[in-house]
Amino acid sequence: MSNQEPILKAVNLLKRYGHVTAMDHCNFELYPGEVVAVIGDNGAGKSTLIKALSGALVPDAGEIYLEGKRVNFTSPLDARDQGIETVYQQLAMSPALSIADNMFMGRELRKPGIMGSLFRRLDKPAMEAFAREKLNELGLMTIQNIQQAVETLSGGQRQGVAVARAAAFGSKVVILDEPTAALGVKESRRVLDLIKELKARGLPVILISHNMPHVFEVADRIHIHRLGTRLCVIRPDEYEMNDAVAFMVGAKEPPQELLNAV
Amino acid sequence: MSANSNKPLAYEQSLGAAKTTVAQFEQEEGGVLRTMQHILHRSPWVVPLIVLALSIVVFGILAGSKFFSPFALTLILQQVQIVGIVAAAQTLVILTAGIDLSVGAIMVLSSVVMGQFTFRYGLPAEISVLCGLVCGTFIGYLNGLLVARYKLPPFIVTLGMWQIALATNFLYSANETIRAQDVADTAPILQFFGEKFNIGGAVFTYGVVFMILLFLLLAYVLSSTAWGRHVYAIGDDKDAAELSGVKTDKVLISVYMVAGLICAFAGWAMIGRLGSVSPTVGQFANIESITAVVIGGISLFGGRGSVLGPLFGALIVGVFSLGLRLLGVDVQWTYLLIGVLIIAAVSIDQWIRKATV
Repeated sequence: MSNQEPILKAVNLLKRYGHVTAMDHCNFELYPGEVVAVIGDNGAGKSTLIKALSGALVPDAGEIYLEGKRVNFTSPLDARDQGIETVYQQLAMSPALSIADNMFMGRELRKPGIMGSLFRRLDKPAMEAFAREKLNELGLMTIQNIQQAVETLSGGQRQGVAVARAAAFGSKVVILDEPTAALGVKESRRVLDLIKELKARGLPVILISHNMPHVFEVADRIHIHRLGTRLCVIRPDEYEMNDAVAFMVGAKEPPQELLNAV
Repeated sequence: MSANSNKPLAYEQSLGAAKTTVAQFEQEEGGVLRTMQHILHRSPWVVPLIVLALSIVVFGILAGSKFFSPFALTLILQQVQIVGIVAAAQTLVILTAGIDLSVGAIMVLSSVVMGQFTFRYGLPAEISVLCGLVCGTFIGYLNGLLVARYKLPPFIVTLGMWQIALATNFLYSANETIRAQDVADTAPILQFFGEKFNIGGAVFTYGVVFMILLFLLLAYVLSSTAWGRHVYAIGDDKDAAELSGVKTDKVLISVYMVAGLICAFAGWAMIGRLGSVSPTVGQFANIESITAVVIGGISLFGGRGSVLGPLFGALIVGVFSLGLRLLGVDVQWTYLLIGVLIIAAVSIDQWIRKATV
């Protein structure tokens, strides 16, 4: 896999908030068709890395390449326009709006013909049908009414909607920041299946998670983040979960060849 | 490639038999109060509509045919048209979790531009009207730019703009009023919104028709276009809207621009209502419009409420003013009751929010 060109690559990313260093010369690679998990302690800077990749924050220094081309994301919209979809930890939903409204936020469908072109009328039935279909694919059967406001959903259902949105619209990369954190057993399983399905479709996925069984099940490579930078990358079939945890918290030094590879 | 990649974990074995239909429950009757709460939660504009209907009935009984006549009822429409139009602008801004204190000043300045451009520079009145509309939109743009791009609080920005626009208005107009007769003689189009027509005793002006059409248009735009959904999303949670792909700065600026434009139209309608162009009127339009918006059930925290509410809110204030005047009561009672209404409206808003669905 490593003889291929990475689809998404970050080099030497740096981000400081005053005296706090959130990213310290961090590198990252995602190859076509693979699932990379990013694991790390709380406060290791995983979310900062993910936000830099998804355009939600602009790094102080360093470069990001998408399909070999240098990109400068100044907003999540830039990244989205390039085909990178992200599910954020805080989910980014408008609570008072409906599920369909939220799924199509910023890329609404308009009615065909003059109603759409002149009167800008939204095609609500089409958006609702699409939203329902995507939720069903994810097995979110407990959502009774697609028109209900997102604030009336449980935390897990909200997360399901956010994941469904990213999966439905991502064309190059899907980034999932702790997608199973608030989910039940069944929904977590569906999200994992979904990740595999995205992979089968050839869509690479970046998964941030604290759940080691999940990470070891779906990831092709595991990026271990420590103190604002990449400590090492391991393959789940070569290491045990407790090795990964030990590297992550600094209880054990990773072998020299792994460090050299970085 | 991970060796165990397609094997579900042991505790997940029974998931294969999970139900695949959408969950359904029997709808149980929760009593009249619960049903009410539910309906109000879905359609918050129903509250001001009920209050409006009740107050019309009450004043109809108390004041009799003096109040309950097509003439008196349409007189209310004429009296609230200016506040109503400004309240439409205010609603847009408040839906984004902002507030616009400069609405009244924009209105007056725009009307003065329309008048002075015609009379001082001799421009054709149509061009002057256009200049007035552009002026209102431009001040709205400045508001929007400061709020969106420079992240200043809307309260502060529009508090400043209120003073700036008002002072500009007095400086530019040199405190001169253009008399109604002169306007009617040279530039009747400035009084366009004041023109009346009669339908069986009911008197309507174009200004009233404009106000109603404006509210219907905004109701459509807010509920059925992407821009409208974005306005709600920004008021709900601006950061979330940004992350999910709304160009929040652009939408915010456009909201303040549209609000400025609507205020300029209110300025035009005000010339129609007064006949003259005066730099000293409309001083309380900002507070009156906020009153109408609050009574209309729009949340000051943004993102919630229907634009039709403020129309009813403005009409409620109009009904109270005229009704109490016809009853010959001290005008202070009007203010007192409106104060009570504002607090009641907010209490009802809190109660509605407790309904979860």
